[in-house]
Amino acid sequence: MPTRDGESSVADATSTHGDGTGRSPLAHPPQLRHHFDDLGQQREAATLGMWVFLVTEVLLFGGLFAAYLVYRVWYPTVFGEASRELDLWMGAANTSVLILSSLTMALAVHASQAGRRAETLAGLAATMALGSIFLVVKAFEYHHKWVHHLVPGPAFAIEGVDPHHAQIFFSLYFALTGLHATHMVIGLGLLAVILVMAWRGRFTPAWNTPVEMSGLYWHFVDIVWIFLFPLLYLVDRHS
Amino acid sequence: MSEHPASRASDLAVFGALMALTAITVGVATVDLGVLNPVAALTIAVVKALLVLVFFMHLRYSSRVTWLVAGAGLFWLLILFGLLMGDYATRVPITL
Repeated sequence: MPTRDGESSVADATSTHGDGTGRSPLAHPPQLRHHFDDLGQQREAATLGMWVFLVTEVLLFGGLFAAYLVYRVWYPTVFGEASRELDLWMGAANTSVLILSSLTMALAVHASQAGRRAETLAGLAATMALGSIFLVVKAFEYHHKWVHHLVPGPAFAIEGVDPHHAQIFFSLYFALTGLHATHMVIGLGLLAVILVMAWRGRFTPAWNTPVEMSGLYWHFVDIVWIFLFPLLYLVDRHS
Repeated sequence: MSEHPASRASDLAVFGALMALTAITVGVATVDLGVLNPVAALTIAVVKALLVLVFFMHLRYSSRVTWLVAGAGLFWLLILFGLLMGDYATRVPITL
């Protein structure tokens, strides 16, 4: 395994703090930062920090969901009709793709915990592939909206519905799915970094925190879509 | 450090439940339940989210502080929705 100067040659060896003898009372796993007592406490701190960040994300999306709530209460009929312009099956397919990607991510996290490098790499790669498929489907949907004059703006045109209220639905559609897609792209970048780290054998049963934290982020983005799907695609499918 | 047993069977079971709930939510949406349609859709979505949170995101293995943080997020979200709709739902047109 390639090493950098001063680092142990195996990811789960100990840092000896260079007293020359190879044995020091200060020896600790190389991934342990000095302001933590042990890897367990460090992992707890990382988990807590990640959850605090996710709470900020809940409120970020929450603001858009709140706007959606108000306008749907005000214009339920228009929201229903505008929602039917979305392709239900592409939405359902994308929901399934993301749920599957959460499975592959969970499997990757567990594999990295067990020290199974090949399985970790496979899980991460599968998650990234599924995330990419989601974005491709989304691109097709956006293109469809563009071609059918459903993008809010001067070119917007819709039949049988109040165009002003319909544009509100589609503004929310693009804002919500656009913010979500941005998070997906960031997630793919994150996973690419983790993939490289896993490839280099950085993760061990003692330390796989970056994989777990990426998992938390990815699952959160999945949860956002779990709510977006019914709220955007299933407003009124029974008329 | 806490290593919890990595159960592939558990992951697959949660995945199966999530896919089933997705199919159910699509099916229910095609039936006219009136005001219960959005209720059913959101209830199913909440159940799916809880499955992801507790199992995939390992909340069931997490410390109580983590539970508190996650719960706080939900609490603040409910304040956002509650107070917002409390305002809008009680607005009355003014006639001078």
